[in-house]
Amino acid sequence: MRALNWKLWRDLLEMRGMVLAIALVQVGGVATFVMSLSTYDTLLIARDDYYREQRFADVFALLKRAPDTLVGRLLAVPGVERVQTRVVAAARIKVPGFADPVIGTLVSIPENRPPELNSLHLRRGRLVEAGRDDEVLINDSFAGEHGLQPGDYLTATINGRRKQLTIVGVAMSPEYMYAIAPGAVFPDFKRYGIVWMGRAALAAAYNMEGAFNDVSFTLAEGANAENVIQHIDQIIARNGGQGAYARKDQISHRFLSEELKGLETMAAVFPVIFLGVAAFLLNVVITRLVNTQRNQIAILKAFGYSNLSVGRHYAALVLVIVMLGLAGGVAAGAWMGKGLSTLYMEFYKFPFTVYHLHTDVVLLATLVSLVAGMTGTVLAVRRAVQLPPAEAMRPEMPTVYHETLIERLGLQRLFSQPTRMIARHMERRPLKSLLSVGGIAAACGIIMVANFQKDAVSYMIDVQYAMSQSQDLTVSFSEPTSQHALYSLAGLEGVLHAEGMRAVPARLRFEHRSYRGSIQGMEPDGTLRRILDADLDRVELPEQGVVLTDFLAELLDIEPGEQLTVEVLEGNRPVLEVPVVGLTSEYLGVSAYMRRASVNRLLKEGDAINAAYLDIDERHSERIYRELDGMPRVAGTVVRETAIRSFHKTMEETILFFSFVTALLGAAIAFGVVYNSARIALSERDRELASLRVLGFTRGEVAYILLGELAVATLLALPLGYLFGRELCRYLSNAFRSDLYRVPLVLEADTVAFAASVVLASAIVSGALLWRKLNRLDLIGVLKTRE
Amino acid sequence: MNSTPVAAESDAQTVFRVRGLTKVYHMGEVDVHALRGVDLDLLAGELMVLLGPSGSGKSTLLNILGGLDTASDGSVHYRDQDLTHADERRLTEYRRYHVGFVFQFYNLMPSLTARENVAAVTEIARDPMTPEDALALVNLQDRMDHFPAQLSGGEQQRVAIARAVAKNPAVLLCDEPTGALDSETGVLVLEALERANRELGTTTALITHNAGIADMADRVVHIMDGRIGSEQRNVTRKQASELSW
Repeated sequence: MRALNWKLWRDLLEMRGMVLAIALVQVGGVATFVMSLSTYDTLLIARDDYYREQRFADVFALLKRAPDTLVGRLLAVPGVERVQTRVVAAARIKVPGFADPVIGTLVSIPENRPPELNSLHLRRGRLVEAGRDDEVLINDSFAGEHGLQPGDYLTATINGRRKQLTIVGVAMSPEYMYAIAPGAVFPDFKRYGIVWMGRAALAAAYNMEGAFNDVSFTLAEGANAENVIQHIDQIIARNGGQGAYARKDQISHRFLSEELKGLETMAAVFPVIFLGVAAFLLNVVITRLVNTQRNQIAILKAFGYSNLSVGRHYAALVLVIVMLGLAGGVAAGAWMGKGLSTLYMEFYKFPFTVYHLHTDVVLLATLVSLVAGMTGTVLAVRRAVQLPPAEAMRPEMPTVYHETLIERLGLQRLFSQPTRMIARHMERRPLKSLLSVGGIAAACGIIMVANFQKDAVSYMIDVQYAMSQSQDLTVSFSEPTSQHALYSLAGLEGVLHAEGMRAVPARLRFEHRSYRGSIQGMEPDGTLRRILDADLDRVELPEQGVVLTDFLAELLDIEPGEQLTVEVLEGNRPVLEVPVVGLTSEYLGVSAYMRRASVNRLLKEGDAINAAYLDIDERHSERIYRELDGMPRVAGTVVRETAIRSFHKTMEETILFFSFVTALLGAAIAFGVVYNSARIALSERDRELASLRVLGFTRGEVAYILLGELAVATLLALPLGYLFGRELCRYLSNAFRSDLYRVPLVLEADTVAFAASVVLASAIVSGALLWRKLNRLDLIGVLKTRE
Repeated sequence: MNSTPVAAESDAQTVFRVRGLTKVYHMGEVDVHALRGVDLDLLAGELMVLLGPSGSGKSTLLNILGGLDTASDGSVHYRDQDLTHADERRLTEYRRYHVGFVFQFYNLMPSLTARENVAAVTEIARDPMTPEDALALVNLQDRMDHFPAQLSGGEQQRVAIARAVAKNPAVLLCDEPTGALDSETGVLVLEALERANRELGTTTALITHNAGIADMADRVVHIMDGRIGSEQRNVTRKQASELSW
């Protein structure tokens, strides 16, 4: 059937504009699919390899202090395979030439040999040597931000004593892929560092010789983590255990998992929209093709081509378009996947990156594209198959038009003949008109998603920092401290206002559900730190009871009025029943808030605080930093401005990439739908339009009839697109909800305007392309031959 | 088979045997009786002209003979095959191996060259001539690589004839082959048909409303209102080149 193949290729060439437009949409669907899944695979493989190589632990626990002899008991817990104890502490770090306060987490490692669990991937330098108490390794991102190299120096305030440390190595660890300071909501690689130090040196500094305050476990295969955790908690309770937790709750792992979940959602949502639109476009184009080629189909059949081979011919045409989109999509998806993987790899500090595009992803993409393409065209191809040759030989019946609503309402006088032609044409095939409008609306919605993320993140930051946390500095103390400490902070020159805070780690429980978090004791009349509800109104903290983040209440399935069980994981570990008295709406993290005095009372301690919020005069900031640095009880200081800036920086790269890609894809859809609809409309009506031209209609008048329909569809699609986009964003914001963050549904006017502009621009470009074709309308030729 | 209407000389030579053929189209709310009991035989090697005004049912008859359409009633036999009850697969096979069509509007594939248009048919035929030979038969050996849009109407129709005869069909069914052509060009087309009929011995049925063509036939059958009206036999066939209208 070589001749038929020639026909196939030449037909494709003839309708190359439409073929390209469809393939482009198909490319969009396949590319997002391949990009998301291949990045997912790449990250998953890289993560698992990394975890395995560095022997990343399965269960973690922090405690106050336990003797090394406890290890035997921990090892005996059924299901535990290996145990590694460490000394971990917070410290203030001073980087030469950098004024801002820096917080460090000091983590002990064995001297001269790699740790048994949570091992380090050494980027440069070496591990610490035995007998040297000033040697440290620092994490790669921190080193990178400051340009620190082995041989450079740091100063750390360890347990109140200042000490100069020599950097001997730069390393990475699966434990700190997403290195985020305790209590912080955004990573700040410049102001938070991981410092690995010899066990003996660190233990000596904290009086932890022969003891530990951090322990990690790997589990035997098939062991039940929950059982092991319960067991461990019982053992370490007397040593100030803060509750063991599984890897799934480890903070770095959590963030990475959320990211992977996002990729999965993306792989599921976007391709469905794209391939749906592509299927619709294929349907329109192939249906039209079969109509215009009725005669050719009849001839093929008249000369003995079977129904099957005619069907195969048109199916092959669809197949070629689908394959074109598939090939382009896989290539674009692999390219984008590589780019995205690299972004993630850098952001999450993977030591090695090998991009994986698995065959099954490509196969799945092929399958999904084929199913979508064939579903869209099965009716059209079936028509070609079933077309009786004698009938096909006759020209098509004149299309049946009806009076439209305009005429039925007697409004025809208000509309010109051409306008009524537009209305009739749209009403004749309402489903097709509706699907065209739907396709354009989908494009609009997808473009909205691109900027929705930006809007949402800006809003989150606004709410979090401008309204809820307006303090300039957050100073944390290494131990609960008397309220008096607040006065000395308030007394510093340049400090305008200071508020104390008492946070205590706790397991929050309701019925069988529990959450490892903390209780935040706040000043009820505080002005720096405000607790807000969903309408951004201030939530008053009553004398008694606890106010929960709404998402935490959801997790625990608890409502105001019910009793929350609070298992304090500090001191003598009281277990308390506290009524939930209200909910607060927050986008970052989850918390349980009480009055500071109530927390003090429940813990049976005096007026104690362990953190302070400061409002300062910018001009004095450097001096204040220096003063704070000199205070032995101060564990660390977080500067608000820098947190926002650094967060913006980290988000921007990723979001920019997404925005660019989604806007591009959205434009592809808009163009594909508008161009194809218009192109088909032209081919369906060229005789009609040419006749009108012969009768004396001007080009403009004829163009109005054709392009008017396009304009109506586009304008109808815009409000619909807004609704669709909003629902799509709502779906995504729901899909991404976790205790780490909730993305609010915020759509700024310019996001909507941008989406509408891209759609309108696509429509105008399509219109212009069509205008050119209209000008080339062959008046005589069209009238001479029958269709 | 109980009556012997429009002369059949011997069964062995009968290519088509049509008895009581009726075709009713349901067009929306009206029934159109295109054929009302047609009896007709077509003999091997014969060139028959079916003459009738438009709407007389001649195209319907030709479509049914060619297996493009099915009868409402009556029977059509092609040699010993009953076309009336053939299924789609059998009809396709019948068209593929036995019938060549020529239509008024040529119906070439616009995306294929002359040679490829012929090849589209020879590729699926059993014992075809080469597309080149077929095109030479209609004197188009010099225009083989032209697309239909680059050929005149007469040339396009000759390509269509080459396409129809290339498979060496047993019967050639032509529906107003000169209908869209001027007289001079039409003659060229008819010459091509005549040559195929004479040189290849292809049984040919040609329908037209143009009485001028009738003289080139062995037999002329008039058709009116879906019925066979009269029939005449030409003692001598005129050459196509002698015709004019």
